[in-house]
Amino acid sequence: MSFVTAHNIFQSYGQRPILERVNLDVAEGEFVSIVGASGCGKSTFLRLLLAQEQPSRGEIRIDGAPPAREPGPDRGVVFQRYSVFPHLTVRENVVVGETFRAGTGRFFGAAVKAARARAEATLARCGLDHVADQYPATLSGGMQQRLAIGQALAAKPRILLLDEPFGALDPGTRLSMHAFLTDLRTQIGMTIFMVTHDLEEGFKLADRVVVFDKTRWDPTDPNAYGATITYDFDARNGGIPFQTLKEDPHVLQTS
Amino acid sequence: MRLINRTPGIALRAALIALPFVLAFGAYTIASDIRLAANPSDRLLPAPSTILATAERLFTQADRRSERILLWHDTAASLIRLGLGVSISAAMAAVLGVMIGLLPHVRAALAGFVAVLSMIPPLAVLPILFITFGLGELSKVVLIIVGIAPFLIRDVSQRVLDVPREMIVKAETLGASSLVIALRVVLPQMLPRLIQSVRLSLGPAWLFLIAAEAIASEQGLGYRIFLVRRFLAMDVILTYVIWITCLAFLMDLALRKLSARLFPWAEARA
Repeated sequence: MSFVTAHNIFQSYGQRPILERVNLDVAEGEFVSIVGASGCGKSTFLRLLLAQEQPSRGEIRIDGAPPAREPGPDRGVVFQRYSVFPHLTVRENVVVGETFRAGTGRFFGAAVKAARARAEATLARCGLDHVADQYPATLSGGMQQRLAIGQALAAKPRILLLDEPFGALDPGTRLSMHAFLTDLRTQIGMTIFMVTHDLEEGFKLADRVVVFDKTRWDPTDPNAYGATITYDFDARNGGIPFQTLKEDPHVLQTS
Repeated sequence: MRLINRTPGIALRAALIALPFVLAFGAYTIASDIRLAANPSDRLLPAPSTILATAERLFTQADRRSERILLWHDTAASLIRLGLGVSISAAMAAVLGVMIGLLPHVRAALAGFVAVLSMIPPLAVLPILFITFGLGELSKVVLIIVGIAPFLIRDVSQRVLDVPREMIVKAETLGASSLVIALRVVLPQMLPRLIQSVRLSLGPAWLFLIAAEAIASEQGLGYRIFLVRRFLAMDVILTYVIWITCLAFLMDLALRKLSARLFPWAEARA
């Protein structure tokens, strides 16, 4: 049963097609990496998943719900930059993950205390509890991205979208962020889409790697055709296929 | 070593800061000496000691006719006008600027209009203001608003447009409504910028205030300067000019400190 369905997606900016005939079914709890060359529409596809843009044709549904017309709390997102609010402390950045949906953007009384307590737990999980009262500008890039992920999770989204979340980090920090994300995922089991340039990162973290590329290419007009999903890899078991038996081997097993 | 990489030490730095002030003062003193030597009753360039004596008289002694210390009354009147004009302009800029920056419909309706408004030379409409709002306080406050509000509104709306789209989208994915995005994401980030722009617009605000006071008023710093001009009382004029400069400097300093205290995150980012 597919949880996120992208059905026959076309997207073009003006006369210029970006995506053509993109179909994708993702089960709940699956982690999908989206890779491809620059300008192949993978970030466009993420924006469509985010409902920040509307596809020219086709529709994206989450859990069978009608296609969203604007970003909402069912979709969490972490961008490469600018994902946290610079004017709020680290703790408040997580608290607003819950409170922004209130009419005034604030909770009062006991509700705000409870939200703060939950924020402390999130911060502890992200390893940020010792900097809770600082402003994001004082944090390192990796800490800011951990905060952005914690903030997105505080809103309890149905799917989490990561747009090159580790692209601006140095290799060491990136490795520790991989460990952090893997840990987090085993705890919460969320459906995640991650756009990345780094194939290795995609295979390491995800269950599934989809590749965006152009299937048709006009040498005299490189922008004539859009991209689509050209490969869809099973990335479990380190990307080595046929490691899990898919069918009943009809052998009597004693266990 | 390149000049761009050479920095003065503490002592030299202090000396360099003081240098232009000392030079200006010295030039004035010499010029004043020369004129006074030729004509001891010269009024154009009074000696610094005369200015100091006049300043002491103006700050401490009451006017014989009204029995009030006029300088303080002038200061209070001017500061009230300036404060009202600047704070109303800043409030308008915060509200309209955020709306123009965030809401495409409001932007379509108002951005062009504000841009055209900001092209009107404010002093050219001063007669209109005097005719419509009378010669009282209102016309002076309105002149300051006409003079600086369009600039502030344009500045804030541009800053709102410069807020990274990612940040707004992030707030949307946290379930924030337009109102919450305006009040809790955009406005708090605009306030330090707004204070900065207000600091920049204090100069024009003083200009419009003094112009309005010079033309039609009963008290105020600008009014007094233009009144005593008739008697060629340069010592009074210079005292008032120095006093206005001090006030403007202190306001700028106060706004800067206020911004640093209220918005520590903005300092951390810089």
